Amino acid sequence: MRWLRFFKRKRSDSDLAREIELHLAQEIADNRAIGMSEAVARRQAMLKFGSPRRVREDLWQQNTPAFFDNLWRDFRYAARTLSRSPGFTIIAILVMALGIGANTALFSVVRSVLLKPLPYKDPNRLVALCESWKGHVCDDNRGGNAAGSFAEWRKASKSFEQMALVQQWTSYNVSAEGGQLPERVPAGLVSWNMFSMLGVRPVLGRDFSPDDDRQGANGTVILSWGFWKRRFGGDPSIVGKEIFLDAKPYTVIGVMPAWFAYPEAQTQVWAPVYHEMPPRVTQSLENHQFDVVARLRPGATMSQALSELDAVQKQIKRENPGPAVKAGVNGRLLLDNIVVDYKTPLYTLLAATACLLLIACLNVANLLVARSAARRREVAIRAALGGNRWRLIREQVTESLVLTAAGGAVGLALAYAGIAWLRVARNDLARADTIHIDAMVLLFVVGITIASGVLAGMIPALSGVRMLETLQESSRSHSGGQSRTRLRKALLAAEVSLTVILLIAAGLLLKSYQKLRTTDMGCAMDNVLTMQLRLPEARYKGPVQKDAFFEQLITRVRALPGVKAAGLVSVAPGQGWGGDAFFAVVEHPPLPRGKSLDALERAADPGYFAAMQIPLLRGRTFKENERFDHAKVVLLNQAAVRRFFPDGEDPLGKHLRFDISGGPPQAFEIIGIVGDTRYDVAEDVKPMIYWPLSSGVNSGATIMIRSTHDVESLALPVQKAIGTLDRDLPISDVMTMQQMIGKTTVDASFDSMLILAFAVIALVLAAVGLYGVLSYLATQRRSEIGIRIALGAPRTAVLRMMLADGLAPAWIGLVLGLLGAGFAVRLIRDMLYGMQPLDWTVFLVVSLMLSAVAAAACAVPAWHASRLDPMEALRTE
Amino acid sequence: MGRSKSADKGGEMLQGTLDMLILRTLVMGDAHGHTIAKVIEHTSEDVLEVEQGSLYPALHRLEDRGWVSSYWGASENNRKAKFYRLTAAGRKQLASETTRWRQMKRAIGLILGEAE
Repeated sequence: MRWLRFFKRKRSDSDLAREIELHLAQEIADNRAIGMSEAVARRQAMLKFGSPRRVREDLWQQNTPAFFDNLWRDFRYAARTLSRSPGFTIIAILVMALGIGANTALFSVVRSVLLKPLPYKDPNRLVALCESWKGHVCDDNRGGNAAGSFAEWRKASKSFEQMALVQQWTSYNVSAEGGQLPERVPAGLVSWNMFSMLGVRPVLGRDFSPDDDRQGANGTVILSWGFWKRRFGGDPSIVGKEIFLDAKPYTVIGVMPAWFAYPEAQTQVWAPVYHEMPPRVTQSLENHQFDVVARLRPGATMSQALSELDAVQKQIKRENPGPAVKAGVNGRLLLDNIVVDYKTPLYTLLAATACLLLIACLNVANLLVARSAARRREVAIRAALGGNRWRLIREQVTESLVLTAAGGAVGLALAYAGIAWLRVARNDLARADTIHIDAMVLLFVVGITIASGVLAGMIPALSGVRMLETLQESSRSHSGGQSRTRLRKALLAAEVSLTVILLIAAGLLLKSYQKLRTTDMGCAMDNVLTMQLRLPEARYKGPVQKDAFFEQLITRVRALPGVKAAGLVSVAPGQGWGGDAFFAVVEHPPLPRGKSLDALERAADPGYFAAMQIPLLRGRTFKENERFDHAKVVLLNQAAVRRFFPDGEDPLGKHLRFDISGGPPQAFEIIGIVGDTRYDVAEDVKPMIYWPLSSGVNSGATIMIRSTHDVESLALPVQKAIGTLDRDLPISDVMTMQQMIGKTTVDASFDSMLILAFAVIALVLAAVGLYGVLSYLATQRRSEIGIRIALGAPRTAVLRMMLADGLAPAWIGLVLGLLGAGFAVRLIRDMLYGMQPLDWTVFLVVSLMLSAVAAAACAVPAWHASRLDPMEALRTE
Repeated sequence: MGRSKSADKGGEMLQGTLDMLILRTLVMGDAHGHTIAKVIEHTSEDVLEVEQGSLYPALHRLEDRGWVSSYWGASENNRKAKFYRLTAAGRKQLASETTRWRQMKRAIGLILGEAE
C-alpha cells in the first residue's frame, strides 16, 4: 500500500539514512583496502554514491502521494499569506463565523423541531385527527374535537389500529402538604390507551388500565418525571400513595420517563379522561375540547383512513344537525400537528441565515478579489514561469477554505452558545428540549463550510488568472484590474440585493410586531396585574359557596392599600378563546334548523368593567340581587350588537335563549352594552356576551387589579389575602397585562428581532464591501485622478464621478433586492399581522436607509480621492 | 510535484532495467545495498556503473511492490545492515522482465542489422 507509506515516511527516511551511512562506510573501507588514503577513499565513495540528500528526497517524494503533499503545501502557503495580513484574516474569519454559526444554530433547531421523528413507536403511523367545519382543513391544531364523535369513529374505523383521546386544557390544584406551597399544575387528561398507543411505558409503576378510565373508578394519576423529582424528591415509594388534586384523593400509579412531553412540554400529571370528565362532556357531539391521536394499521393509507372517518362524521351530522356539530374530519401526521405553528417562522429564519451566509461568502470573495488584485503581478510572473493554472486556482481556493474552516470552527462555538440561549429564551417552542448539536449537525457544518469556502474561493480564482493580459498591462496601473473591478461590483450588487431582501423582511416583521404590541385591547393595559385561580369543586360544592368566596375575595382585594380598582372575570382580554356559547334571539324569527348564533362567553363581577376601564355604553351592569337563579341577565359587547342586531334595533330588553345542557332552554335579558375587548392580541374582535359571575356557575376566575403605579408590588399582599381565605388554593400566572401580551407575542418579537439582527449584520457587511471596493478603485485610479486635477478638473466633479462609480452597484443591487423582496415576502405573509406583505412604507424606508448607508460608505473614499494632491499622486508613479 | 529531472529523462527504461538487475542479483542470495551495487558493477565488467545512490529508492520501490522483502542483519564486518531478499512474486517478476528484455534486445538488434 503506497499511501500507507505516507504515514511511515519519517521512519523509512531514518532507515534509509542508516543504510546510506553503512554503504558509504563499506565503500570507504573497500577503497582503503586498495591503498587509498582516508581522505581520498571518502571522496571517491561520495562521488560514486552521489548526493545522499537527493536520494533521501527522492524516496521521501516517492513515499508521498502527490495529493497530500500538495494539500499540505497549499495549506502552508495559504496560512503564510493569511498571517501576513492578520486584520483581513480576522475580519474574514469573523464574517464567516457569523454566517456559519447562525446557519448551524438554525439548522439544529429546524432539525430537532421539524425534521426529527417523534420519539414514539413507528411515529409515521401516528395521525392527529381533527373535526372540521368545512371539511378540507384542520381549523385548529389543538382541541377541536368532541368526545362523542371520537367514540363513533373508534367504533367505525377499520384503517386505524388504535385511537386515543387527550385533553390538555385542565390543570389541578395540588394542595399544600409537607410544608410545600399549594400550586397549580397543568394536566393531560388521556384515555387509558394513550401511552401504550404511543409505545411509551411509565419508568416507575404501571400504565392506566381500562378500569381506571371510567366514571366511579378510584382516582389515579401518573406523574411527570420533573414533577416527581421536584415535588416528591424523586421518592420511588410515591407509587401507590395518595395525593390530593383539586381537594380529591388520587392514587399515584406511575411516573413517566423524563423525555416524555405530551400533549404539552409543561404537562406535569396525567389522569384518565373518562374518569375526570362527566359523561355529558365525554358523550357530547358539540363540546369541542379534545385532541384525537390515532395509529394507522400497517399498510393503511392516511387518505383512505380519513375518508372513512369523514363519512362517519357526515353521518353523525345528518343524524344530529345541531349547530355545533361539525361536518367533516381531517388529519395530519402527529408531528406536523405539533409543529404547525413553528414551520413558517423557522424556515423563514433559516432562509434569512442562508442569505446571511451567502452575503458573508460574497464579502469574503470580494476581499479575496482585492487581495488577488494586489498580488496579480506575482501570479502573472508565476504563470509566465510555467506555474500551472490549476495550481494557482487551487491556491486561492485553499486560502478561502482555510478562512472558512477557521470561521466554521468559531461558528460552531457561536452556534453552541446560540442554541443554549435559544433553549432558555424560547422554551415555549415545541420540542425545544430536544434541540442539540448532533452528528448530523456537525456534518452540516462541515458541508456548508466546504461549500462556502469553495464558493468564496472560486469566484476570484476563476476570474483572476488571465496572466498574459496582466503582463501586457503597462507598469502604470490606471488601466489595471478592469475585469476585477467589474467582478467586485457584481458581487457587491448581489450582496446589496440580498441585504435589501433581509431588511425588508425585518422591516415588515418589525412593523407587524409593533402593530401587535400597540393593538388596542379595549381595556386598561398599564399597571394592571392579573392572576388566576380555580376553586376545586370538591371543596366549593355549589353556587352559593363559590359566590361567597368570590364576593369575599374581591372585597378584601379592593380594601388593600394601593389597589385602585379590582374585578373578576372568567377569562381576561388577551387570554384566548376561553369558550363560546350558542343561542338565539327570542324576539327574532326562528333560525333554520341546524343554525344558531355564536359568541364568546365570559363571566364577570359587576365591578370588572369599571376596574378595567371597559366603557359601559348603554344600560347597566349586574345588580347585587342578581345571583344564582335570579341572574337571568347578560351584557353584550359592541361587536355582538353589530352582528346580532344589525339594523339599529335596540338590543336592550331583548332576550337571548340558550340551550343549557341537561335542562330546558332558558332566556336571558340583555341589560347593557359594553365596549369591545380582544380575546387574542392578534385576532379581530369577536361578539362576546357576559354572564354575572354571581350566578355561581364558574369555578375559575382571573383577578384583575389596577393601581396607579408599581402594580407588581401588590402581587404578594393579594396572594396573602387569598391565603387567609383558603390556604390550599394556589394562585397561578401572576403577571401584568403587558407581560401577558408580551408572552403571547414572544413569537413575533423573537422572529422580528432575529431577522432584524441578521439584516443589520448584512447591512454592515454591504457597507464595508462598498467602502472597500471604492477605496480600491480610488487607489487604482490615483494617477488618472491626479492628471484630471492637474488639468483643472474641479474637485467636486471628481467627487461626483467617484460617488457615482461606487453607488452604481448599490443602486443596481437595491433594484434587484426590491424585486426579489416582492417575491420573498409572500413566504412570510402568514407571519404578518394586520398588514399586507407589499407594505410600501417599509419598502420606501428600506430603500432610503440603504441609499443613505451606501452613500455614507462611498463618501469617505470619494472625498479622499477628490482631496488628492496631483503632484504627489503623479510622483509616486 | 514531479520527480527530479535526472530520474525522469528516459527513466522508464532505465528504471525498469535497474529493477531487473537488482532482482537478478538477489537470485544469488540475500544481500544489502552495497553488495548489490558491487555485484552489478563487477558482473557487468564495470560497464554499468550505476550511481550507487539511485539504488536505494529502487530497492524501496521493489519492497513496496512486494518483490523483495527486507530485514536487519549483521554485515560481513559485523555491522547492522539492511538485507534484501527476493520474494516469490519477485522471482516471477524477474522472469517476465527477463523475457521482455530478451525480446527487446532481439528487436533492437534486428533494427540495427545485427545477426542473431
